[in-house]
Amino acid sequence: MSNENTLSRRGLFMKMGILFNGVVATALAVPVVRFLLSSITRGRANAYLSWVSVGSVNEFPEGETRLATFRNPYETPTDGKTVDTACWVRRVAGDQFQVFAVNCAHLGCPVRWFPQSGLFMCPCHGGAYYRDGSRASGPPERGLFEYPYKVENGLVTIQAGELPTPGSPTATLFGKKPPCAA
Amino acid sequence: MRRLITQVGEWFDRRLQLAAPIRDVSEHPVPRSTASWWYVFGSAALVVFILQLVTGILLALVYVPSASEAWSSLQALNHDVTLGWFIRALHGWGSNFMVAIVLIHMVQVFLFGAYKFPRELTWIVGVFLLLMTLGMAFTGQVLRFDQDAYWGLGLGASIASRVPILGAGIVKMMLGGPIIAGATLSRFFALHVFVIPGMLIGFVCLHLLMVLKLGINEWPMPGRLVKRATYASEYHELTKKDGAPFVPYAVWKDLFFAAFILLAVAVCAAYFGPFGPTGQPDPTIIQAVPKPDYFFLWLYALLSLLPPSMETPALLIGPVIAIGALVLLPFLSGEGEKSWRRRPIAVLTVLLIAVTLGTLTHLAGFTPWSPHMNAWSGDPVPEKVLRGTTALQRQGALVFQAKQCRNCHSIAESGGQRGPALDSVAVRLTPDQLIRQVIQGGGNMPAYGNNLSPAETTALVSFLETLYPAGQSPARDAALDEAQKKSVSAQ
Repeated sequence: MSNENTLSRRGLFMKMGILFNGVVATALAVPVVRFLLSSITRGRANAYLSWVSVGSVNEFPEGETRLATFRNPYETPTDGKTVDTACWVRRVAGDQFQVFAVNCAHLGCPVRWFPQSGLFMCPCHGGAYYRDGSRASGPPERGLFEYPYKVENGLVTIQAGELPTPGSPTATLFGKKPPCAA
Repeated sequence: MRRLITQVGEWFDRRLQLAAPIRDVSEHPVPRSTASWWYVFGSAALVVFILQLVTGILLALVYVPSASEAWSSLQALNHDVTLGWFIRALHGWGSNFMVAIVLIHMVQVFLFGAYKFPRELTWIVGVFLLLMTLGMAFTGQVLRFDQDAYWGLGLGASIASRVPILGAGIVKMMLGGPIIAGATLSRFFALHVFVIPGMLIGFVCLHLLMVLKLGINEWPMPGRLVKRATYASEYHELTKKDGAPFVPYAVWKDLFFAAFILLAVAVCAAYFGPFGPTGQPDPTIIQAVPKPDYFFLWLYALLSLLPPSMETPALLIGPVIAIGALVLLPFLSGEGEKSWRRRPIAVLTVLLIAVTLGTLTHLAGFTPWSPHMNAWSGDPVPEKVLRGTTALQRQGALVFQAKQCRNCHSIAESGGQRGPALDSVAVRLTPDQLIRQVIQGGGNMPAYGNNLSPAETTALVSFLETLYPAGQSPARDAALDEAQKKSVSAQ
């Protein structure tokens, strides 16, 4: 009855059925993909970053480097202790600071400050940095990541919120002047 | 009683109609030569995978996949829940055994030429099974949400962030947000418990189906070449002429080996106990020395030893080449010789890879590239190198200790191995060279010029000048000697 060139009624319905499923699947794919990519899209234009205090200026003696902690400005209810973040604060003089991420610029292990030798050393692959954060030796290709900072009302605040990695804003933001530091 | 069982069996089979296909599968003829102890690793991998499924489900009864509670739920498993420690240990050791058996299985299949026509797709599916097994190992380590897991994720994020352009997005996708936190653990839980095991089960079924459809690889005979045109009929001939039913002719060795492996996992679990968790995943505790699990140690070592400029290309291109080579292998040598006796390059490749991975893993065991973070405060300068020294030299020994030189340099075999041992440094370098090296650094040593006063440098170098073995004399600048002689004779 039906030859190869004509479309049977049932064949048409099957094709329409496939098309209908395709349309619905495409419509459903939009929210699914948006959901999956939300961790990226939420952070567009550095939206994850905020200014957060790491302590008052007086806590940091001039010429020394101290460990400070802050709560990551972006958090969710199940984060537990993981939002507590550490950073190395070096008070160069007066209101002049350097705030380093603890994460080694190589692969992110926590570097430790040794005041006696004036070096940051990484326990993982042997990276070492001078007191100003510049690379001293080992596998890192660059110096320590530096947070933009400002001093306001006697508080040292830094712009933080993302895990410092070679691709994160922390890796590139410093050097651009923070908007409020004249 | 027996009749009742038969009747119940028949009732089910009438509806399921599975008895005949199961009998066909189990009694299908296999070449007699394959009833060998070399052919037991595939089934052993499957058995350990089933063990992982069962113990994984048991652990999920107690484990809480939340960044704030995972660590304490693991503590509860270790200490409060009856035999929770044993189930954790079984799962942990099972994972080590599974990676090892999958690798051994792969080497055997490679050396026996089993990836050649018509089993190319079986091999490729096997490559993906290996990748998924490694994926399970990594995500499993993350679920043990401790310090190692936390910093291990940081390491993964740092590697991912090096991808050009897409890096930052990949990191956020991987972490489920801007930092390693609750969302990160949740997504690794989903990967470890739903996504990868689901794919694993599917791929294992596919892998097994192909083994059944295509037949087990015959024992390779040197000189018996694989040809696409004739292989199928040759194999058929072989199973007809020299075949035996899989059950019971070959299966008993699989059964024995599977039981032996399960026993070995259980003995390791009972004797060595579970892995971790180590310290709490609190990023403000920076006294952490993160290390990956056993099967990723080679990578950890490689990342320390590669020249910095090579790292990013090696990390991003290396895996593509490795996986590409494995997938392309059956297409590049799909025919020809199967026997390892006539494939010297194949054997050498396996040996080279094994020696490389073994050496890197061994090195990662004692990390000679890492400074010993507490050597300066933990190991005193050995007394014997101080005997008979002057006050200035002892002051130098103090500087040596206080400036943490010991973290990277050893004396009398105690101290770090990042830099060279200094027991005979005075033989290698003249005093002037020592001063230059200390102040300017170089050769992977930081410069200490900004951190040492002239007096400290003088003391330190005068101490280093005493470090030469008995019977050898310290290095001296011959030109300087001549100059001094001249000035003496001139006076």
